[in-house]
Amino acid sequence: MTQDDLTIADPKMKAHGVNVFYGEKQAINDVSIDVGTDLVTAFIGPSGCGKSTFLRSLNRMNDTVASAKVTGQIELDGEDIYAPSMDVVQLRARVGMVFQKPNPFPKSIYDNVGYGPRIHGLAPNKADLDVIVERALVRAGLWDEVKDRLAESGTALSGGQQQRLCIARAIAVDPEVILMDEPCSALDPIATAKIEELIHELRGKYAIVIVTHNMQQAARVSQRTAFFHLGTLVEYGKTTDIFTNPKQERTKDYITGRYG
Amino acid sequence: MTFNAAALLLLIAGLALIGWLAGRARSNLLAGRAGAKLHSRPQYHGWYVALWLFAPAALFLAVWSSVSPALITNQVLATEAAQSLPSFGFERGAILSDARAVAQGKQADVRLPAAAPLVKPYADASHKYAWIGIAAMLALALAGGLYAFTRIKPDFRARTRVEKIVMLVLLLASLVAILTTFGIVLSLLFESIRFFRLVSPAELLFGTEWAPTSGAPQPDTFGGIPLFWGTILIGAIIAMIVAIPIGMMTAVYLTQYAAPTVRKWVKPLLEILAGVPTVVYGYFAALTVAPALREFAVMLGIPNASTESALAAGIVMGVMIIPFVSSMADDSINAVPQAMRDGSLALGATPNETIRQVLIPAALPGVMGGILLAVSRAIGETMIVVMAAGLSANMTANPFASVTTVTAQIVKLLTGDQEFDSAKTLAAFALGLVLFIVTLLLNIVALRIVKRYREAYE
Ligand SMILES: Nc1ncnc2c1ncn2[C@@H]1O[C@H](COP(=O)(O)OP(=O)(O)O)[C@@H](O)[C@H]1O
Ligand SMILES: [Mg+2]
Repeated sequence: MTQDDLTIADPKMKAHGVNVFYGEKQAINDVSIDVGTDLVTAFIGPSGCGKSTFLRSLNRMNDTVASAKVTGQIELDGEDIYAPSMDVVQLRARVGMVFQKPNPFPKSIYDNVGYGPRIHGLAPNKADLDVIVERALVRAGLWDEVKDRLAESGTALSGGQQQRLCIARAIAVDPEVILMDEPCSALDPIATAKIEELIHELRGKYAIVIVTHNMQQAARVSQRTAFFHLGTLVEYGKTTDIFTNPKQERTKDYITGRYG
Repeated sequence: MTFNAAALLLLIAGLALIGWLAGRARSNLLAGRAGAKLHSRPQYHGWYVALWLFAPAALFLAVWSSVSPALITNQVLATEAAQSLPSFGFERGAILSDARAVAQGKQADVRLPAAAPLVKPYADASHKYAWIGIAAMLALALAGGLYAFTRIKPDFRARTRVEKIVMLVLLLASLVAILTTFGIVLSLLFESIRFFRLVSPAELLFGTEWAPTSGAPQPDTFGGIPLFWGTILIGAIIAMIVAIPIGMMTAVYLTQYAAPTVRKWVKPLLEILAGVPTVVYGYFAALTVAPALREFAVMLGIPNASTESALAAGIVMGVMIIPFVSSMADDSINAVPQAMRDGSLALGATPNETIRQVLIPAALPGVMGGILLAVSRAIGETMIVVMAAGLSANMTANPFASVTTVTAQIVKLLTGDQEFDSAKTLAAFALGLVLFIVTLLLNIVALRIVKRYREAYE
């Protein structure tokens, strides 16, 4: 079985019959999807269709929204992440997240990357932390640009660098999955190209889920694409199939630019 | 005939009404006759005439009411009857005001016999200047009104003019507060300069002994250091030790943990706390906190424990400042973008770690600005220290001892029988000036910090 087969033999995350409500309003309706370990999965769909909502239910960030309620089953390595025994702190260390707008902390570059390892106690001493920080920055493709100014504030970097810093920050806690919610929507084309290149390099090391409103981007970076519309999962399949040979009328309309 | 400003104001208001009607009628008439379209609606022409009629006359009225008493008095003093007046300030003033009251009909007869010959000159002078004033005012009103009236033409841009005049009036109104502040500072400055002719600034700023009441055998000493120290001890140290942690914790609780309903109740309650008159806090400090602290100190065997203590005043002042600090901190924490909080939580940080390691550091510049503003309020606070801190100028770090502050000494120097130009009285102004400069600087620095902080998060 090759990697590009539609069936995913050993999914990293498995969602089954997931509904998400904000108060009375249902934002996600009966979504089931498998996220492959070595794949980049793209979520596409018109804005407001629930992509971010579904993504945020994968690392329980929806817990921070008082009105949000998630039902159904979501598993990480076969373990129910909404089970009472699941420690949300551990979960988020395993399932990292990168946001739409770069959000570095107003701390030094070093402390931004070191923040996660410190709170999880991954680095017993300074030398260990130095190693972790350097490795994360190298992986995020930022090391050469910042190695001489690690003490400078993370907020002083350019937008694209800030976003790569946020990726380094997520990588530093050694997650298994990285969720990215429109990571390039606030960036210029050159910075966007760098992030896309980075996603290619990270593929295989982490299971990656990326939300994007840019269909070319989905086509460029992902192997699997899920098309959401009005809170439902309309079609999920190999990226090449979705873009060249969609099975659903709505998918076709969307990728040919009929709406969205 | 005396000069009654209120009645005259009514008179020109009435004239302005006539001017309004006349201006409107004329513009209608002109438009009708020429068949042309008016640039502005007729009301605006009316307003234009009315404003030109009213504003210069009213302005003159204001100026005249303030200068004419001096003119009248000058004329009276120039008469022969005034030559026998005593030259000494107080008695002379009393006689003059007695005569004036009779001349203006506020009093049936003179109380001081010496005033009797002055009544007639006063009445004459009042009469004369009243007529001059009224004539000049009416002339101005008519001139203004006529000027405006003759300018009315169908294409005259009355609306633009009226709007400009209204803007000018609003500008003047906003200048009042600024000019008043400026005036206060100037008077403070003048009195302080008089003080510094008697006592050198260096003594006030660096002298370590404060004894303005030592009397004849010893000269007065005006060393301000004990007062400054007392002010700092109470306002910047003790009060802040109370207000900063409690205010911060309140803000963290309200922004991060409190349910919306709790927040809805607690925030207004805190704001009410901020509105309690300081004299009430003063009672609380003097009658409840201070005695309790003294007993506690005596129990511990601390020397110099007094019923008036720095600690009592400082603690109560800190409590008074809590709502201020918490509301500034609340604003600063709320200004930290939600994305920052999400970023931390998404890394697996607990809410507590997120608050301590991300939110508070990110909010710190804003909080610092708020704390500086709080300090500047605390060192200017008067009532609590007057009632609870005492008046003895001690240089002590013992918080159970009595200390005094700049504001408490200002009150002490200005109350009681004092000649108005003794060094003691003037010292109050010099102290006021020092306090003013310090709080002004604190405010400037604080507002800058807060502004830069706001800009950092857009
Ligand atoms: N915190 C929230 N509270 C209430 N409704 C929300 C919240 N976040 C999102 N929604 C609603 O849920 C729906 C899906 O939103 P979202 O997941 O952000 O869509 P997308 O990311 O695809 O643009 C939208 O209708 C949105 O208004
Ligand atoms: Mg979204």
